[in-house]
Amino acid sequence: MSETQTTYNYKVVRQFAVMTVIWGIVGMLVGVIIAAQLVWPELLSANVPEFLAPILSYGRLRPLHTNAVIFAFGGCALFATSYYCVQQTCHARLLSDGLAAFTFWGWQIVILLAALSLPLGITTGKEYAELEWPIDILITVVWVVYAVVFFGTIAKRKVSHIYVANWFFGAMIIAVALLHLGNSAEIPVFSESLLFPRSFSVYAGVQDAMVQWWYGHNAVGFFLTAGFLGMMYYFVPKQAGRPVYSYRLSVVHFWALIFTYMWAGPHHLHYTALPDWTQSLGMIFSLILLAPSWGGMINGIMTLSGAWHKLRDDPVLKFLVTSLSFYGMSTFEGPMMSIKSVNALSHYTDWTVGHVHSGALGWVAMVSVGSLYYLLPRVFGRQEMYSTKLIAVHFWIATIGIVLYVASMWIAGVYQGLIWRSVNADGTLAYSFVEGVKFSYPFWTIRVAGGALFLVGMLIMAYNMFRTIGAGESRDAPILAPAPAAKHA
Amino acid sequence: MDITLSDLRSLLTPLVGIVLFLMVVKWAYGEKSRKGYEEAANLPFTDDEDEEKPGSDARPR
Repeated sequence: MSETQTTYNYKVVRQFAVMTVIWGIVGMLVGVIIAAQLVWPELLSANVPEFLAPILSYGRLRPLHTNAVIFAFGGCALFATSYYCVQQTCHARLLSDGLAAFTFWGWQIVILLAALSLPLGITTGKEYAELEWPIDILITVVWVVYAVVFFGTIAKRKVSHIYVANWFFGAMIIAVALLHLGNSAEIPVFSESLLFPRSFSVYAGVQDAMVQWWYGHNAVGFFLTAGFLGMMYYFVPKQAGRPVYSYRLSVVHFWALIFTYMWAGPHHLHYTALPDWTQSLGMIFSLILLAPSWGGMINGIMTLSGAWHKLRDDPVLKFLVTSLSFYGMSTFEGPMMSIKSVNALSHYTDWTVGHVHSGALGWVAMVSVGSLYYLLPRVFGRQEMYSTKLIAVHFWIATIGIVLYVASMWIAGVYQGLIWRSVNADGTLAYSFVEGVKFSYPFWTIRVAGGALFLVGMLIMAYNMFRTIGAGESRDAPILAPAPAAKHA
Repeated sequence: MDITLSDLRSLLTPLVGIVLFLMVVKWAYGEKSRKGYEEAANLPFTDDEDEEKPGSDARPR
């Protein structure tokens, strides 16, 4: 057999893994910049040429930040880990090297087009779906090829079972395709030049809002949760050296989670024109979501039972277990915030921003970072990362950064919610808006510090990664014998 | 509190969901699937690199 038939395709894993770190730094840097703009509003408008001022304004950079961290950083992390996991657990090389390479280059072009178009103000205005129709079409093509590669590899597996991590990755791929096609249904208009594409959603009014938040919440549920749970189910057992706590629980976890998430979107539209019964349905399902979320978290954390001592001196395991703790916190906070009376306080405040970042930094980024620290030395032909000490430094800096970020947003958010709804006896507002801004100001400064710390952690990771790459030789591991059952004692 | 048609609409989907959930639990925890799950749970540990092979322990597989 030729070499490509006897080894795994690690090349595409290496490419996506390196770009995960690079895009993470870019996206988080933009995040720190826009956080700083809230503290120093003239930061990027006072001393720049006139044509740059709109491009560097908060309104243009904010979608750049969200798209970069979700789709560039998170997306590359999902590609890298899913391609690694599906090969390892199927004992098969990816279906096609060419198609896998296409997903890498295609996804990078999507990211570059986003980085060009969003600062220019080319946007559909739909949160997390801002990219205009030509980019939407490219995303669709890349995603379909991703599905072909992933499911094609599962189809040619040499083992009888499909490991649970692949179920989660697969659900993510299918659901994201569904969400993207559903929410991006739009009519292009050619009023301006082809370089400035525009479009209008095919939905109108409250239907448009509902479709948007069906998409928006499931982007959280599938892109940012199911896919990263796939990571959890592969890399936590690997790093802990023990199989998952309960495989049965993981099966129940999978079906309960993917069924429940689909219905939770309306909690983004409490007290709007959305029919009341739809709001209540969204709230009920958001509350139910606590159960599968915590089932999965417990399954991940309990995988360490009997191996807790490893947590003491293994910073990679620290990343993974801490990510699960933040996952548990966020998935408790989320259902609580979906309760209408709580939402009346929290909605439109910085509390929401704090909640999102406890999930995005604490769960998504930390589980990705932990998985990458496991994966990088293995695909670059080394025993371990260049420096384990630097992993530990990264862990503590990142953890302190998240705590500062989330705690400051909680305080600012709850205060904003409380004063916005305070009314005098005659029904007039007790506080003007700027009083909330004045109170929030120091907390926004703390937020910049927290975000900057998290970014510094990513820079340390990049240094560690490039030293690891420089010291090793990239090699593709041989595909394993197709008889796993004979191997375990 | 009177139960309105609106409440019933809200409740219908969760009720169907709970029935489906119980069916999944019954299937997942049924005796039939035990051996297959044990094999599947060990799939990440079938490569040669692993220094530490997971032994059989008293986990609720």
